[in-house]
Amino acid sequence: MKRTPIYGMMAEFDSATHLVDAAHRTYEAGYLKIDAYSPFPVEGLAEAMGFHKNNVPLVVLIGGLIGGLSGYLMQYWISAVSYPVNVGGKPYHSWPAFIVVTFEMTILFAGISCVFGMLALNGLPMPYHPVFNVPRFAFATKDRFFLIVFSSDPKYSPSETRRFLESLGPRSISEVPS
Amino acid sequence: MDEKRQPVTLDGGSPVIEPGHTFATVTDKISSIVLTRPTSNGWFLGFGIAFLLTMMMLFAIGYLFVRGTGIWGVNIPVGWGFAIVNFVWWIGIGHAGTLISAILLLLRQSWRNSINRFAEAMTLFAVSAAGIFPLIHVGRPWLAYWLFPYPNSMGVWPQFRSPLVWDVFAVSTYATISLLFWFIGLVPDLATLRDRSTNRAAQIIYGMLAMGWRGSARHWHRYETAYLLLAGLATPLVLSVHTVVSFDFAVAIVPGWHTTIFPPYFVAGAIYSGFAMVLMLAIPIRKVYGLEDFITERHLQNSAKVMLATGLIVAYGYAIEAFMGWYSGNRYDAFTLWNRLHGPYAIPYWALLACNIFVPQLLWMRKLRTSPAALFFVSGVILVGMWLERFIIVVVSLQRDFLTSSWGMYYPTRWDWMTYIGTIGMFLAAMFLFVRILPMISIFEMRTLLPEAEVKE
Repeated sequence: MKRTPIYGMMAEFDSATHLVDAAHRTYEAGYLKIDAYSPFPVEGLAEAMGFHKNNVPLVVLIGGLIGGLSGYLMQYWISAVSYPVNVGGKPYHSWPAFIVVTFEMTILFAGISCVFGMLALNGLPMPYHPVFNVPRFAFATKDRFFLIVFSSDPKYSPSETRRFLESLGPRSISEVPS
Repeated sequence: MDEKRQPVTLDGGSPVIEPGHTFATVTDKISSIVLTRPTSNGWFLGFGIAFLLTMMMLFAIGYLFVRGTGIWGVNIPVGWGFAIVNFVWWIGIGHAGTLISAILLLLRQSWRNSINRFAEAMTLFAVSAAGIFPLIHVGRPWLAYWLFPYPNSMGVWPQFRSPLVWDVFAVSTYATISLLFWFIGLVPDLATLRDRSTNRAAQIIYGMLAMGWRGSARHWHRYETAYLLLAGLATPLVLSVHTVVSFDFAVAIVPGWHTTIFPPYFVAGAIYSGFAMVLMLAIPIRKVYGLEDFITERHLQNSAKVMLATGLIVAYGYAIEAFMGWYSGNRYDAFTLWNRLHGPYAIPYWALLACNIFVPQLLWMRKLRTSPAALFFVSGVILVGMWLERFIIVVVSLQRDFLTSSWGMYYPTRWDWMTYIGTIGMFLAAMFLFVRILPMISIFEMRTLLPEAEVKE
């Protein structure tokens, strides 16, 4: 990414409805490198910017499969190969007894990959981010809604983009220093 | 339409949030409890007492480490005693938190949003209290890590056909997933606290914990997927945990333990006692912190209804146990029933029936379901009753099994009581710290309940 002193142009909105509408119109206008910020998950907001699918479910599936397989194989190897102990004449490979630990390991690995996979895909933890340079942005975790067009967008131009964002009827517009 | 987005006021009965709130008022009301409200003398008093009880627990455990489990009342034939009674009781209490946060999320019960956060915290602290007991009960607690399969120079491994090993996996998975679920739910609210606090140290600490959360739409999209999937994973998990705990008993051949009704009946009992603990915490908290707008009559009523339903499942479990004692034709099972009703522990058994079956029937009355004082009382009774249930299952089954020559009595010692009451103190101390330093109601989920959160086409 080209380093520029300006990270993007940010517009502030009053309501979730307004933000979804604005995000949709910005995306339709051909801006691709945009993002929106809200104090709670807003339905249809990511979709309005052309973001429909995420990879969290895939990560969870892979994590769960690894957990389940390793759980079962670990028990098989321990009970039947490495340390076979005859308990009440039960077979060494007594698979019904292995179900519980296999299940727990599946959940454990799937859950851990779910949380850490989501954080990794989101690029978190990220202590510094240019959007925090806008003082009003502190309200993004309270009751305000923000839309940003990144300066890395090919269509970005300080004057054009500002004019376009103004046409969306925001409360205020600010440039985001990087 | 998505049920979660429906207006809060009207779907029969009292609202989930009292009308008149906006994003800003919800945010300020909940975050100000942590950020600006002065710490009251009552808080210091409550925390102080809980802290002293925690110290008492540490003293009792310290003495245990010096002298060994001989200071407890356990012996042969009752080798499980208080440690396992309290373990099962605490684990059960934890179940309500996961039920509220995961199962009610999947069922789109939006009223859960105002109680899930502190119910999850309750789960974590209850599981921590539970975890202490098996660890100190193993006799040589410094070797407790032998429970886990790890490559070792002795060349031995755990025995995976044993329910006790399953329990290690179930409980440690449960503790891990509960912690992750709770923490991930906290992240957006920690970001709110970071942005609202004016104190530099608070900004840094909340900021680090929030990990740079900024509420980006793409982040929310993945976040919601992850949250839903985690709820989907936690749902079978929570049902499995008390099932596996019940296997500790049901797989053994001791009369009174060896029964197939145990898994569902344990899970129902767990949720029963868990909701009782939720109410015992929620009722004083909403009063003290003036949160009646968020934890409304509706929450109290719904929790009471869950208790009534699970209480009836538990009653059914008792009935089936009694019926099978007679119907099986097994003289040892029949004797176990007789011993419960007439044996040396008959008083706890009758008290258990009174606490778990008879008193909760008061909840059929709407008037009592909507009275915080009555609910608080009934919840306390249920918690005592569920503790007695575990006492009866563990102690009364073991004290008189197959051979009369091996019968014996179990009397808890002062160390047993000090450890047990001490864990209650530890649990309460943790709750006191939690309500003081973290938002006890999920702020971002409360925002989604407001009518203005709905996106109009």
